[in-house]
This record gives sequence, structure tokens and C-alpha cells, in this order.
Amino acid sequence: MTSGLWQNWVLPGIWITVQLTLYSAALATAVAFGVGMARTHRSKAVRFVAAFYTEVFRGTSALVLMFWLFFVLPPLLGWQLVPMWAAVLALGLSYGAYGAEIVRGALNAVTPAQREAGVALSFTPWQRMRLILLPQAVPEMIPSFCNLAVELLKGTALVSLLGVGDVSFAAYLVRLATQESAQIYTVTLVIYFVLAFLITRSMKALERKTKANLGVVVK
Amino acid sequence: MTWDWSAVADFMPRFWEGVLVTLQILVLGSLLSFTLGLVWALGLRSGSRFVRWPVGLVTEFVRNTPLLVQLFFLFFVLPEWGVQFSALTTGTIAIGLHYSTYTAQVYRAGIDAVPAGQWEAATALSLPAHRTWSAVILPQAVRRIAPALGNYVIAMLKDTPLLAGISVLEMLQQSRLESAATFQYTEPLTVVGIAFILIAYPASLLVRTLERRLAR
Repeated sequence: MTSGLWQNWVLPGIWITVQLTLYSAALATAVAFGVGMARTHRSKAVRFVAAFYTEVFRGTSALVLMFWLFFVLPPLLGWQLVPMWAAVLALGLSYGAYGAEIVRGALNAVTPAQREAGVALSFTPWQRMRLILLPQAVPEMIPSFCNLAVELLKGTALVSLLGVGDVSFAAYLVRLATQESAQIYTVTLVIYFVLAFLITRSMKALERKTKANLGVVVK
Repeated sequence: MTWDWSAVADFMPRFWEGVLVTLQILVLGSLLSFTLGLVWALGLRSGSRFVRWPVGLVTEFVRNTPLLVQLFFLFFVLPEWGVQFSALTTGTIAIGLHYSTYTAQVYRAGIDAVPAGQWEAATALSLPAHRTWSAVILPQAVRRIAPALGNYVIAMLKDTPLLAGISVLEMLQQSRLESAATFQYTEPLTVVGIAFILIAYPASLLVRTLERRLAR
């Protein structure tokens, strides 16, 4: 592989992949907490809407969703999404639905006595959530969120099919230019592997930190 | 832009062909991932570190890299090595291989969950290793992990559209071809999106029921 291809396509591609992962992870986290907390809400209507959202976005394929946002939504709404944002939206919304299940599970795993203590102290539901439930539930969510973040990183490769210049797309171009399929795809796989490793490592650190706040030591 | 039912009707013949191909990938991919996953799981429990380490490395690598890139890797590199498969076969192998690294973890958890007494009983009866596995451990392990395997079948279903990337004529690719021919994007893509929900949601209910029944 010549250095020109490396500098002009692969390196910017890695940066796009990193950006896509960060933006979609931010959106997915927001959706996960919003929908996940809504699934523990007192009102049945709120719970139903949240459950409906989860089932629809978990039920369909992220790639089909991405194509749908890119090709169907613009004529329906009359405006066009930049491919990058269609991708972030598709990834964030669908991985957010998986994340919502993690949030719901972790909130439900906090011992009922903690919730009752909040009631006894006449905290409002929002205060209970913010001061009692979330600080205990968040450290429990982190290992599952770590898996999800790696899944999300791998999901970003789908955007190459929309023509977004991420590292997979760069690999495709380099292959067309040089015909060295084995080399370029091996390099690409290694790049993803390294990125996944970085995610796993930083999530471990985050878990240790949030658990230390609760006085728990992670081995 | 409005919804056009006649475009839906025109898409239907292609759609059914796509459904058949999707289901074919799903069945063969599942079989491959179940079998290979068991091989990986047994390899990871091997007494020799020369088996354990390479298997661990390969499965970690495959699990942490994108299926789409693996798909392109196999699709473009296998012919260079003189192995020529159709896009459908390559895609099915890629999806089966990718998911085998997930099912390996499932098998491992299932095998670990078999009580130690069962191993000891097999030793006490001086069963040979292959009988211990085939008659004692695996039947108990597989029962426990059936729901988890079911979840991965659903995940695999939702990953089948990736094979459109190497021009396999599954549901998404059929809708892309239809859109390219008629310039109607809304109807074919929406039909395919709904089809996934219609297959995946009842399937996940089924897995949940299975889970509840096996938990008893």
C-alpha cells in the first residue's frame, strides 16, 4: 500500500470511525437512559410507549434502518440528512434501544429497600432516581454498556455502504486501487480490534472509578 | 410523497425471493455457528495451552471486529487464495463464523453451569472423555443455553442485510434492486423494515417463553 492512500484515505477513515462511534454512543446513551427510566415509570402509558420504542428498534435491522433514514425519510419530510448524521441517528436509536434494556435491568436490580428508604424520606420520584437509584445502578450497567459499545463500534462499519468515508470505506477504495485485498482487509480488522481494545480498557477504568465512589473495589 | 400500494404489490414477488434467501442464510448460518461455537468452546477448555491460546486469540479477534469487514475480507481474499465460492456461500460462512464466537461464550457458560458432581460421577463410572461429553455434560449444558442461542439466531437474522453488501439477493438487496429499477424507495424499504419486526418480535417472544419454561 502506498503512503498516499494511507494518508489520504485510511487515516481520515479511522478518524471518521472514531467520530461516528463517539457521536452515536452519546446519542445511544441519552436514548438508553431516557427510555430505560421511562420503562420504570409509574404511568402505564409512559411504560407502554417506551416498551413499544424498544421492541421496534430492537426488532429491525440497523442497516435497514440506516437505509430507511437515508432514502425514505428525506422525501417524506422534504429535507435531506447528511449521510454521517443518518448513520449516527440509525446507530444511536437502535443501540439506544438495547441500552434501554440494560438501564431498566440495572434500575430493577437496586434493592427495593433503597427505593422504600427514599419514599420514607419523602423524596420526590425524580430525587429518588437521581440521588438513590442511578448512583447505585450505573456501575452495574458498565460491563453491559462496554459490550454494547464494542457492538456499536462494529456497527459503524455499516456506514461504508452509504458511502461515508470511514475506515471500511477507505479499505474498499484501497482495494480497488491496489487489488491487495488480503493486506488492506487484515490491516482494517486489526484497526477495529485495537479500537475495541481501547473501549474495553477505558470502560474497565470507568467501572473501577464509579464503583470506588460507592466504596466497592473491583478486582 | 405519498404511499403507493401498487409499488408494494410490484415489489412482492422480489420480496418473497428475498425472504427465502434470508431464511436460508439464517438456517445454514445458525447450524454453522452452533457447530463451530461448540468446537471453539471445547478448544478453550482444552488441557493444552497450544490449543487454548490460538483458539482464544482467534475468537477474540473475530468477536471484536465488524462482520461487514470480515464479509469483504472473505469475499475478496478467498478467490485470491484459489477458493471460489458464490456470494451466498461466502456470506453464510462469514455470518456463521462471526456468530460462532458468540455461541462459544454461550456454550462455555452452559458447560461451566453443569454441577461439578456430574463430572465426578462420570469419573467415578470411569467413562471415557467422549462419553462424558456426549452423554453427561453436553445434554445438560445445551438444555440451559437454548434460550441464549435463540437470542443469537434473532441477532443473526438482523445481520443478514449485511450480505447485501456483497450482492447476495436477500431482502434488503431485493429492495435496493427494486428501488434502482423504479425509483420508489419508500415502499420497498419500509416493507423490508416491517418484515424484520414481524419476524424478530414473535421470535423474541418465543425465546422468552422458552427461557421461562426451561428456568422451572
